[in-house]
Amino acid sequence: MTHRKETNMKTGRETGDVAVGLLRSVSREGMPIRDAVLRFIPAGKAIYLLPAALFFFSLFFGRYMMDPVETFRILTVGTANAFLDSASSLLSTLTGHQVLLPSFEQTWGASEETVVFRIRLPRVIAAMLVGGGLSIAGASFQGLFKNPLVSPDILGVSAGAGFGAAIGILLSGNPMVIQISAFFFGILAVAVAYGIGRTVGKSSTLVLVLGGIIVGSLFSAFISLTKYVADPYDTLPAIVFWLMGSLSAVANTDIAAVAPPILLGSICLFLVRWRINLLAVGEEEARALGVDTKKMTALLVIASTIVTASAVCISGIIGWVGLVVPHIGRMLVGPDFRKLIPVSAVLGASFLLVVDDIARTLTATEIPLGILTALIGAPFFAYLLTRKKVGWIS
Amino acid sequence: MILNVNNASFSYDGVTKQFEDISFSLGRGEVLSLLGRNGTGKSTLIKCILNVLTLQAGSVEIDGRRIAGMRPDEIAREIGYVPQTHRAVFPFTAFDFALMGRAPHIPAFSVPGEEDCEKVEEAFARVGIAHLRDRCISEISGGESQMVMIARALAQEPSLLILDEPTSHLDIGNQMKVIATIDRLAADGIAILMSTHFPDHGFLVSHTVAILENGRLIARGPAEDVITKENLREAYGIDVCVRYVEEVERMVCIPMSPCGCHGREEA
Repeated sequence: MTHRKETNMKTGRETGDVAVGLLRSVSREGMPIRDAVLRFIPAGKAIYLLPAALFFFSLFFGRYMMDPVETFRILTVGTANAFLDSASSLLSTLTGHQVLLPSFEQTWGASEETVVFRIRLPRVIAAMLVGGGLSIAGASFQGLFKNPLVSPDILGVSAGAGFGAAIGILLSGNPMVIQISAFFFGILAVAVAYGIGRTVGKSSTLVLVLGGIIVGSLFSAFISLTKYVADPYDTLPAIVFWLMGSLSAVANTDIAAVAPPILLGSICLFLVRWRINLLAVGEEEARALGVDTKKMTALLVIASTIVTASAVCISGIIGWVGLVVPHIGRMLVGPDFRKLIPVSAVLGASFLLVVDDIARTLTATEIPLGILTALIGAPFFAYLLTRKKVGWIS
Repeated sequence: MILNVNNASFSYDGVTKQFEDISFSLGRGEVLSLLGRNGTGKSTLIKCILNVLTLQAGSVEIDGRRIAGMRPDEIAREIGYVPQTHRAVFPFTAFDFALMGRAPHIPAFSVPGEEDCEKVEEAFARVGIAHLRDRCISEISGGESQMVMIARALAQEPSLLILDEPTSHLDIGNQMKVIATIDRLAADGIAILMSTHFPDHGFLVSHTVAILENGRLIARGPAEDVITKENLREAYGIDVCVRYVEEVERMVCIPMSPCGCHGREEA
């Protein structure tokens, strides 16, 4: 048992190192902050504070810069007031009398409140949901397909969703129609790929991947077709921009719609996280170890697809996150999915939050997310590969 | 009897039989070595016993229960399986890898607990590889990885251990280590079924040897009765020499020189 504790400490220290490394590059002195952080936060858990810190930072940071303290007050007091308001109205309807609960004094202007609650908060939450969701789905698929080069759209969900969105833009242009159509066709694409895999039989994941490739290229052709027939001054740019990914139009209602499926699917994957290990060592071995591989495969495909399709339908196609974030996670905590799944979620949420902050602040016009994730992710990944040994490249 | 195979037949395409009408049984502490040419169906038979493939006719019973009606996790609590090799994609530590052997004892939505870790520690100690626990399975040698897979199978706490050619990829030193481990586990009361390409190993460890040829067991019984010149000629089409060697105090089985000139006696 002492051995075990030591390894835990070791991996924990590594996790901490990266988180602390980030802190150190911010601070001039370096060491004192590192020591202080290590003393108060168990090293391995430090990484979990990253999204919380970035969440708050992203709320006050932007082209319209806000005071951090004021932002914090708006966020906490505003939330409390909103809660008290709804409690009042609920009590009023329940009791039939006018009930007015006291509320905190509002010290900020309406525009600040709009920036925090209407503009930045939905966007920040969307970035975290999409980034975390795509990363969890990517990590799960890499385990399921026993291949670290797999991304969440291996079964064609992105191509399907892209086509769905393109059709929605072409036929209606209503954001809600576009989202629903994207979600529906994303799921449909995977269902077809899975169906091909099952029809061919052998239950092998290889056939599943081939099904995904077939469906993916089919829907890519459909996307091209819709682009070809689209109005070049109106709907064509809309399709192109959608395919490049953005969170600029996300509203609170969108969050309410996609948060439940993303969270549900993610929780599902989190619960079976240790079992993904077994699939990752091989289908036959997993079966000999008592895993119902057919059911497990179905569960992982369904959960990951729901997460990915929900994410894609509000954000458009954002590549690179689901592929790279699990790698970074593996470099931090190793290949065990027990740790990899939560760490991927945290890293993915943080990564996309940072990228989205850059997307909305770097230039006067928004930069599409899909471009930035690759522009930032690719060099960063190359740097990590040269810095640290990666298990599957020997 | 732990394992009963009754009149088992299997075919991949429904026409050509891989094997037909195979029956044997295996008790606690017994070792059965399965010999036979490449492609004769040893691995297929093993997969049928594991219920990965479904028999066309006949049945497999483990501890009196028909395997066809059992759930995968129920089977995995009874039978531990050690594949030929493991192709590591993700660099799990040997400990985390062996911990997967606890899967049939852990609910689907749960993770291993303290007790499961202790069971794995025990399994490591039992096969003598405690020093490997924190090494990556992608970095250890073939012999070490074979031992880790045996430890993983032991973590399942099985009553039957099936090994598919456990020594085929190993050097002679590691072969003997694996054989010694198998011998020790049998002495602890586990029933062991292994396929092998080395008839001589039958004399080293086995209580019983069976030869699969052309879809049938052409011989089954104590090693001394089964590993004979005639049987091995039928199974492999070569001549072997089987005799007692004083220095090693056991029977040995070695192939004759393939060109028939019996070494270099003239020189």
